[in-house]
Amino acid sequence: MENTDIISVDQVSMKFRLASERVDSLKEYFIKTIKSQISTNEFWALKDVSFHVRKGDALGLIGLNGSGKSTMLKIIAGVLKPTKGSVAVRGEVAPLIELGAGFDFDLTAGENIFLNGALMGRSHEEMERSYEDIVEFSELREFIDVPVKNFSSGMVSRLAFAIATVGIPDILICDEVLSVGDFRFQEKCQRRIQEMLDAGTTLLFVSHSIDQVAQLCNKIVWLEKGNMKMFGEAGEVTEIYKTSY
Amino acid sequence: MSAYIANFKKFRPLLNELITRDIKTKYRKSILGVFWTILNPLFMMIVLSVVFSNLFKFDIEYFPVYLLSGQLIFNFFSESTTNAMGAIIMNGPLIKKIYVPKYMFVLSRVFSSSINLLASFTALIFVMLAMRVELHYTVLLAPIPLLCIVFFSLGTGLILSAVTVKFRDIEHLYSVFVTALMYLTPVIYPMSILPEWLEPIVLINPITNILMMFRDIMLNNRIPGVGSLLLAFVEVAAVMALGLYVFYKRQDTFILDI
Repeated sequence: MENTDIISVDQVSMKFRLASERVDSLKEYFIKTIKSQISTNEFWALKDVSFHVRKGDALGLIGLNGSGKSTMLKIIAGVLKPTKGSVAVRGEVAPLIELGAGFDFDLTAGENIFLNGALMGRSHEEMERSYEDIVEFSELREFIDVPVKNFSSGMVSRLAFAIATVGIPDILICDEVLSVGDFRFQEKCQRRIQEMLDAGTTLLFVSHSIDQVAQLCNKIVWLEKGNMKMFGEAGEVTEIYKTSY
Repeated sequence: MSAYIANFKKFRPLLNELITRDIKTKYRKSILGVFWTILNPLFMMIVLSVVFSNLFKFDIEYFPVYLLSGQLIFNFFSESTTNAMGAIIMNGPLIKKIYVPKYMFVLSRVFSSSINLLASFTALIFVMLAMRVELHYTVLLAPIPLLCIVFFSLGTGLILSAVTVKFRDIEHLYSVFVTALMYLTPVIYPMSILPEWLEPIVLINPITNILMMFRDIMLNNRIPGVGSLLLAFVEVAAVMALGLYVFYKRQDTFILDI
């Protein structure tokens, strides 16, 4: 049986304890256990969400703030484990979730290329081959020996984007990253994502700009307060989405 | 199981990068750079040797070397476990954002301390040569107790790092515990000064056994007995198993508690 689903999300629910309920010390823990106050205050970020993505699809996730988009992406990227349900991912995931998360700001840009590559599971030799490409794309050649702590936020994002999009991953996850840098660099990023799509990469894309989603994606999942409101072809969903707000 | 091994292989380069990062950032901007890894323990040992050959004297041949070998083992345990304890919390921002096998952070902390351990070991050999202590062939067996203490610390580090995420008090409690443990290990004193009731307690401490093996090999020209070797292996295996189990059970909740 051939299965072309590259990502299957089955009845996924995610529960968080709210911050006020956090117990950091033993004393608190004992007191609260005795008073049985632990985990009474729960918050479901996702409730029973299911969808499937086929290879080569570009899936957009839309919804208001707090609708669970980022939580969904983090579950697919393997950062979070769902409280209920299951997620199956076949292939290598390149997460562009928060650019620059893996940087050590005391190291130079060049050293960070290797550190970040390793965080994505790439070997030193692999990164050496991609090194030129990264330096070229990020336009940071003259700053490559400068510690990243002296970089502007735009420079950090450029470097991070260049590192994260090295090679052709099976699945690319983008969370609001196209808002980095100036418009010229944004266009460059968009072009690179398009190139990957053409090469057969599956894209998961989150953005508040519905036009950007409509432009890049062919399928859309619409989340509202953790529930899946709609899942379907991009055209239909954007129509309804636009009229409902 | 094979999935875990494949995953470990995929992220092996990360281990190298994390260790080089630890070393690089530690010695950045110092003129002598990486040489400090060996100079620092060497200077420390010289100071201690001078102090202890003149001030305190136990009835032990080459007391400074006796002390230094004890410190080498114990300081490694204390440094690596303390570092490992904070590994998950310190890398919290990263763990929240991208998927990385979390034990890598603990592993890298313990292994970068192991580099210091090797440096201290080299320094110890220098001190022994300078003091004209006879070097026996048994020194070649030194990797056995050293590997024992590395994996013993790794197991302990895994437990500590996993539990501290939930209970931050342990961070503060642990330094007191380590100090107490140091006096329950024959680091500065010989076993012979212990009162009778205390001796079994000191002997129960797994570090004592490893340390005594190390001293036998380094100073006494004695090959460790089968009994103490077996005991050390069992203890190390038990701590490692417990560490992996606790870490594995708790790792999915880290992100909710950081």
